[in-house]
Amino acid sequence: MVLVLAMGDMHIPHRAADLPAKFKSMLVPGKIQHILSPGNLCIKEVHDYLKSLCADVHVARGEYDDDPRYPETKLLTIGAFKLGICHGHQVVPWGDLDSLTMLQRQLDVDILITGHTHQFKAYKHEGGVIINPGSATGAYSSITYDVNPSFVLMDIDGLRVVVYVYELVDGEVKVDKIDFKKPHQRT
Amino acid sequence: MQQPAQEVMSTAEEQEKWLADAVALVQHNAFFMHRALDANNLRDALKYSAQMLSELRTSKLSPQKYYELYMRTFDELRMLEVFFKEESKRGRTNADLYELVQHAGNILPRLYLLCTVGSVYIKSKEAPAKDVLKDLVEMSRGVQHPIRGLFLRSYLSQISRDKLPDVGSEFEGEGGNVMDAVEFVLQNFTEMNKLWVRMQHQGPAREKEKREKERSELRELVGKNLHVLSQLEGVDLEMYKEVVLPRVLEQVVNCKDELAQYYLMDCIIQVFPDDFHLQTLETLLAACPQLQSTVDIKTVMSQLMERLSNYAASSPEVLPEFLQVEAFTKLSNAVVKVIEAQPDMPLVGAVSLHVALLTFILRVHIDRLDYVDQVLGGCVKKLEGKGKVKDNKATKQLVALLTAPLEKYNDVVTMLKLANYSKVMAHLDYETNKVMATVIIQSIMKNGTYITTADKVDALFELLRELIKDGEGLPAEEVDEEDFKEEQNLVARLVHMLVNPDPDEMFKILTTARKHFRQGGPRRLEYTLAPLVFSASKLVRSLQGREASEDSPVSLEKIFQFLHKTVEDLSMVPAPELALRLYLQCAEAASDCNMEPVAYEFFTQAFVIYEEEIADSKAQVTAIHLIIGTLQRTQVFGVENRDTLTHKATGYSAKLLKKPDQCRAVFACSHLFWVDDEGGVKDGERVLLCLKRALRIANAAQQMSSATRGSNGPITLFVEILNKYLYYYEKGNPQVTSNVIQGLLELIQTEMQSENTVQDPGVDAFFASTIRYIQYQKLKTDEVGERYAAIQT
Repeated sequence: MVLVLAMGDMHIPHRAADLPAKFKSMLVPGKIQHILSPGNLCIKEVHDYLKSLCADVHVARGEYDDDPRYPETKLLTIGAFKLGICHGHQVVPWGDLDSLTMLQRQLDVDILITGHTHQFKAYKHEGGVIINPGSATGAYSSITYDVNPSFVLMDIDGLRVVVYVYELVDGEVKVDKIDFKKPHQRT
Repeated sequence: MQQPAQEVMSTAEEQEKWLADAVALVQHNAFFMHRALDANNLRDALKYSAQMLSELRTSKLSPQKYYELYMRTFDELRMLEVFFKEESKRGRTNADLYELVQHAGNILPRLYLLCTVGSVYIKSKEAPAKDVLKDLVEMSRGVQHPIRGLFLRSYLSQISRDKLPDVGSEFEGEGGNVMDAVEFVLQNFTEMNKLWVRMQHQGPAREKEKREKERSELRELVGKNLHVLSQLEGVDLEMYKEVVLPRVLEQVVNCKDELAQYYLMDCIIQVFPDDFHLQTLETLLAACPQLQSTVDIKTVMSQLMERLSNYAASSPEVLPEFLQVEAFTKLSNAVVKVIEAQPDMPLVGAVSLHVALLTFILRVHIDRLDYVDQVLGGCVKKLEGKGKVKDNKATKQLVALLTAPLEKYNDVVTMLKLANYSKVMAHLDYETNKVMATVIIQSIMKNGTYITTADKVDALFELLRELIKDGEGLPAEEVDEEDFKEEQNLVARLVHMLVNPDPDEMFKILTTARKHFRQGGPRRLEYTLAPLVFSASKLVRSLQGREASEDSPVSLEKIFQFLHKTVEDLSMVPAPELALRLYLQCAEAASDCNMEPVAYEFFTQAFVIYEEEIADSKAQVTAIHLIIGTLQRTQVFGVENRDTLTHKATGYSAKLLKKPDQCRAVFACSHLFWVDDEGGVKDGERVLLCLKRALRIANAAQQMSSATRGSNGPITLFVEILNKYLYYYEKGNPQVTSNVIQGLLELIQTEMQSENTVQDPGVDAFFASTIRYIQYQKLKTDEVGERYAAIQT
């Protein structure tokens, strides 16, 4: 069992002061094995915060990130799953699932993690799952109105991944769960 | 340097030797005394005990060694006391004994013996305790040598402790009353203190420091008397107020000795109960300014205030007492007087006194903000004309003064109500001031304190001015870049705490914040303006779709003007990449508000920046995708404006430096002509034009690769374009036919099998998953499935 945190689009300090206190108190160091972020953190302080939760942090570059070392896309393998991270501003039309599945085919990954729209999404299809963890700070977005802060925790166990979505709605944390099984072992 | 060291050594050795000699003699005489005691020989017992006690007449020993010797004899005297007790049982009267011991030749042994008998005498109740005590304390005046006198009186104090005619004691009544007990202890205390103070003058001036240290070690002998007083049952508040405290303070003030004054004041505060202090505050505080100017009065007073605040915290029932005696006013006046009385008091002392007073308020009168401000004001007065405080210790205390209320109230807005808060802060040096400003911002964040009016923003930014603009105290050396960044990011985060749901006030907040930020120079604007843009965008959204009211001072137009000016300022910093992004954000916001000319203007500005200021090819690629992405979503434009903008965007795309970037940007542009939403543009022909153009660029890239590297480049671009074709095919674009797709599929397969093509497993996987995707789609039973039936894989 591996716990993977997906969290992005904090937009600190441009659009938000900080992560919600409720999220901060939930996220404790030492529980999470990997952090995958689709970017727009945007400053070092936020990266340092993620590092404080878990040493293994992977970030794809958002258009507001000031760290030029973040790559446009990042691939990694966790257990039986191939994962890809991409912020998503490069994929026009923004947030369009058909276009994102094309990116998923291109990266050849089971799970694609993107951001940019600030709207949580977990989309299952024949080729895998596309997850957008939303904005962890509930940052303003020109794409999505009334953004709720959210992030995603993935529990990867063998060929199964359980995706937990944490969303802050009117001050309360709501949790949703989506199950995904890798359909077959590709050769 | 070697000589004094040697001297010290020899002195220490000498001391050891003298002590050993004296102890030997004490033991020798004690031995014979014991023998006499065993033989019931009173005469010999007195003789040897007097000889033993004669050793205490020495002037050679240091106070510490003298103490050791004293302890030896003290134990022996206990034996003698027991003997005296038995002697009186054997028929000898205590009065007799009391007379008899006065025959001892030397005064010191005589007085020790007298005290010893006196103890038995009182115990026997053959004479009133008050008379014997009075006699003993008077007789002790006979010894005026400081150390000898101190120890003798200490002995007297020791043996009399359980024999005072206190209320409830067995000696009360005929033995006297508590007044006699108090009188006795006070007298002994006064005399002991005088002896103790005089000790400093014994011996050569060059050893003064050492002597003062030794003297300090004896302080408890004197303080013990105060302890005894505090333990007397009969000393009630009335008596403490009328007799004990005035008499003790009189001695403290009059002795004019720094060491004694500091110690005894502290002692008074520690040994007597809280409610006594509260009820006699005026008397106690009145003594403070009368002390020597070198006395560390701030520590004494701080301790008093700490005790009182602990007392207040102990039970809510005592609070009315504090109000009744006006404790704060008294303490506050005392602070002022003490500072006046000690003109040489270092700044740190004065500030510490204010810190102590403030701590007292925060614990006792938490609701009295006016008190808090008054204390800060008192400190400002002290700092007047001093400019920035340079002394480290004083600075630390100033920080404590500013931090204490912040931590107590956990609310920066409350701090803003304190007129003197920023005045105190202004005295901090540049670096410390910034640290304090950081602490203030962190407090806002941690406590989720929202700053809800423009006036408060003004006040807050005044407080944070060292972070917001270059101050006068700016050090000459370069500020560390990382630190600067961190500070400014913190200020940027703060912007999101400046909010009010009322649009008018919110707009005022924004303009106020910008006014301050603009004083910070371009270096800071790079950080501080972007959050303002987003904060204003949120305001736009809250007003969106609302009917504009005539009398409202804020309108969408005004906010967009604000946004325009703010991003323009940012672009002049210059920060072209950020400014371009923000212009695009604004354009989309204007589009959402159905304001076509405004949206067009923002796009124009973004394009101007793109053309003039973004030169880096990688930055261009990102910028182009942002332009295309935003434009694709912008629905407000009429045909003409839209054509102009899309034409520009496709033009930029085709002019990117690297062919693959060109190709991708161009096929992304196809989405500008096909918006899937209902009522969106669906110009199939121009979509196809884009895709064909992308294909031509991909071919060109291929040829270029084979010309320069001798091999065909990776064919990923073709697969990407194939996917775009599939996208539009699925969406029902009539211009995209199965024939075209079939052709592209074959082209890719041929290319992949070509010997000239560089093998790339990534591309193989991409193509394979594309094929798999087609197969999935073919399996579908809806119209998509039907359409895919025409494609062969």
